[in-house]
Amino acid sequence: MSQKRPLNELHKKFFEKNSLLLTVGILVVVSIGGLVEIAPLFYLRSTIERVEGVRPYTPLELMGRDIYIREGCYNCHSQMIRPLRDEVERYGHYSLAAESMYDHPFQWGSKRTGPDLARVGGKYSDEWHRDHLRDPQSVVPGSVMPPYAFLEDAVLDYSRIEMQLTALRRVGVPYDDGMIESARADIAAQADPFSAGYDDLLARYPGATVHDFTAQRRLTEMDALIAYLQVLGTMVDFSTYEADADENLR
Amino acid sequence: MNCDLQIQPGGEMQTGTARKLYTGLDGAVIGLILLAGLAWAIAVAARGPDPLLGAQSWLIIAGFLVGLIMLAGVYADGGPKEDPKQYAEGVIKAGVIASMFWAVVGLLAGVVIALQLAYPNLFYFPEWGFLNFGRLRPVHTSAVIFAFGGNVLIATSFYVVQRTCRARLAGGLWPWFVFWGYQFFIVMAASGYLMGITQSMEYAEPEWYADLWLTIVWVAYLLVFLGTLWKRKEPHIYVANWFFLAFIVTIALLHVVNNLAMPVSILGARSYSLFSGVQGALTQWWYGHNAVGFFLTAGFLGIMYYFIPKRVDRPVYSYRLSIIHFWSLIFIYIWAGPHHLHYTALPEWAQTLGMTFSVMLWMPSWGGMINGLMTLSGAWDKLRTDPVVRMLVVSVAFYGMSTFEGPVMSVRAVNALSHYTDWTIGHVHSGALGWVGFISFGAIYCLVPWLWKRKGMYSKALIEWHFWIATLGILLYITAMWVSGIMQGLMWRSYNELGFLEYSFMETVEAMHPFYVIRALGGLMYLAGAVLMAWNVYKTIKGDVKEADESVTPQPAAIKA
Repeated sequence: MSQKRPLNELHKKFFEKNSLLLTVGILVVVSIGGLVEIAPLFYLRSTIERVEGVRPYTPLELMGRDIYIREGCYNCHSQMIRPLRDEVERYGHYSLAAESMYDHPFQWGSKRTGPDLARVGGKYSDEWHRDHLRDPQSVVPGSVMPPYAFLEDAVLDYSRIEMQLTALRRVGVPYDDGMIESARADIAAQADPFSAGYDDLLARYPGATVHDFTAQRRLTEMDALIAYLQVLGTMVDFSTYEADADENLR
Repeated sequence: MNCDLQIQPGGEMQTGTARKLYTGLDGAVIGLILLAGLAWAIAVAARGPDPLLGAQSWLIIAGFLVGLIMLAGVYADGGPKEDPKQYAEGVIKAGVIASMFWAVVGLLAGVVIALQLAYPNLFYFPEWGFLNFGRLRPVHTSAVIFAFGGNVLIATSFYVVQRTCRARLAGGLWPWFVFWGYQFFIVMAASGYLMGITQSMEYAEPEWYADLWLTIVWVAYLLVFLGTLWKRKEPHIYVANWFFLAFIVTIALLHVVNNLAMPVSILGARSYSLFSGVQGALTQWWYGHNAVGFFLTAGFLGIMYYFIPKRVDRPVYSYRLSIIHFWSLIFIYIWAGPHHLHYTALPEWAQTLGMTFSVMLWMPSWGGMINGLMTLSGAWDKLRTDPVVRMLVVSVAFYGMSTFEGPVMSVRAVNALSHYTDWTIGHVHSGALGWVGFISFGAIYCLVPWLWKRKGMYSKALIEWHFWIATLGILLYITAMWVSGIMQGLMWRSYNELGFLEYSFMETVEAMHPFYVIRALGGLMYLAGAVLMAWNVYKTIKGDVKEADESVTPQPAAIKA
């Protein structure tokens, strides 16, 4: 019955007779969509808005971000506020592409079992975060979030911080030699408001928040995680951001 | 029908010196790969800067050692025993058993994390942070998709490609390398998640070293599959094999590109993705959506195209439809990724392209559904008498439903409500439990008697029980998630008469509690069905077959020369 149909005949003659031709055909067909959609994002200038204030994470924030990733926080928390009325009122200004340009990889998430965290920085005190991470239900009754008290007992191991910054520099984050050399000093400076390295830290990472993590003798993983949470969504200077400017229309 | 489903006498098997030389080479190359891996793992254990990978390196060393011992065992036993006139079935039997094992493990992990959300005070242990939701959820997703689904795909594709090509699996020891290498990847990935080794990209969580290992295994898989096609004695490549090939080739492409990363140290686990922010997001969802499209759809359509015609003893409904829907499905699927990023910082043109192609995707998806369902023309009565046929057909029906729901959810206006909610979870599970799960169970129910030469499954009644418990479980699961997801989406955006947001986030979490309980119950029922199946499979393999099942078509074991 199929003998008279040219499509069937062509298919039979070429793709079904030659497995290499079939493989190449598949490769060509499945490559087109990805090339058209993804490749332009790397060269179209309008992809990432022009904003002021977005900087690489400080070494302490980066350590905290690695713990955020290790614990799988992204499974329940998004970091992407959509430009919808209720989201902007609930969480703050909608997220810009520029805000995650140094996130390798992005942490936009896909599910809100818990609330969005894109702008959680500065909304609560360090102590609130500490109580909340230790036992979420103690400050948010009814929460289904697991307890993270063990982060408080884990001493922060930042012995590989220079290697981490170097790896990030290799994928395009602008960490310079000075930042890498003084990474350990910057961690100490950001955890102690009375440290000598305060000015240098702020010179390298403008706008960084210094925390008082001196209650315990050594820095913990929870300290680093709090430093990370407290920077989320706070970098962009929205007073200089023009959403309607030509270069920001997308 | 271009390619006869029945295996008929054909030409000569290729034997000769070239083949023998190749057989000797496979063991040597596999041995070198294992030795290189072992050397790396020992270096990690001795000098690695990373305590997490240092701890895991002992497991990795053990894995490579076991591999080398198994390889040595083969040669101590007089070399690979390969009868070119027989189909390779040992590796498929192993795949069937592994599939059952991982099904139970993966579903159990799912039930545990569902219970954690329903009863956090009972299922979280402050002292055991490694059992928190964030670490267990990837264990569940990877175990069901890659461990269960992947083993089913490897086993069925190895079975189908041999029968439809009338050729023994190519590559000597390589199919076994693919099987054991894949199990090793799963163990490395899952133990890593529990320890906190992850790159935080959904369904691509394993770190660079596990990704590299999977790449080696996957290339071997592709070559075994292609090698068997090259050896075929059928003039044409059967439709199931187009789908299997598209699955293997495209997954290789997606896996390699999405996992490009810079390791912090080649002796440490941590790496940073080559891509960041918006480019990273689209690359990840290009990968993530097509893991659904090619792993969970194309691969399992390959299963559909062999097992449904075989079980109901009817030819595929339309050859022409299979050509059209194959090429349009694989072309269009790749574009659909951006619908995971509606209203995000992804440029709007990309969102619109993603939405458009997602809606178009409905057509080729239903082309596959129609081709599968209509294959039952003239054999619909089997739905009543054969629970395995019922499972296969209900599976295709769930495929049709999910592939309609998907395009609906990809519309921006709908997605504004559904995104970030449990509706997505419900959608995924109607596809995963209904389509992927049932087509796999149906295929295994066919395969076990064929492979172990039994008259039928140990108990048809248990298959009936499995079917009904699991079907009810799916319905409970997806209806609970529809209600919970739509309710949460509506609560998030609802305003009171004064113009303020009506609900706090916490109120929406509390409102979901009853649905989380129902969902856990549904998952538990689905798990119970899988446990019944595992028992049934065990008894069948053991040989305790009570009655002859007439619906099983006898399989010729040998390739007739």
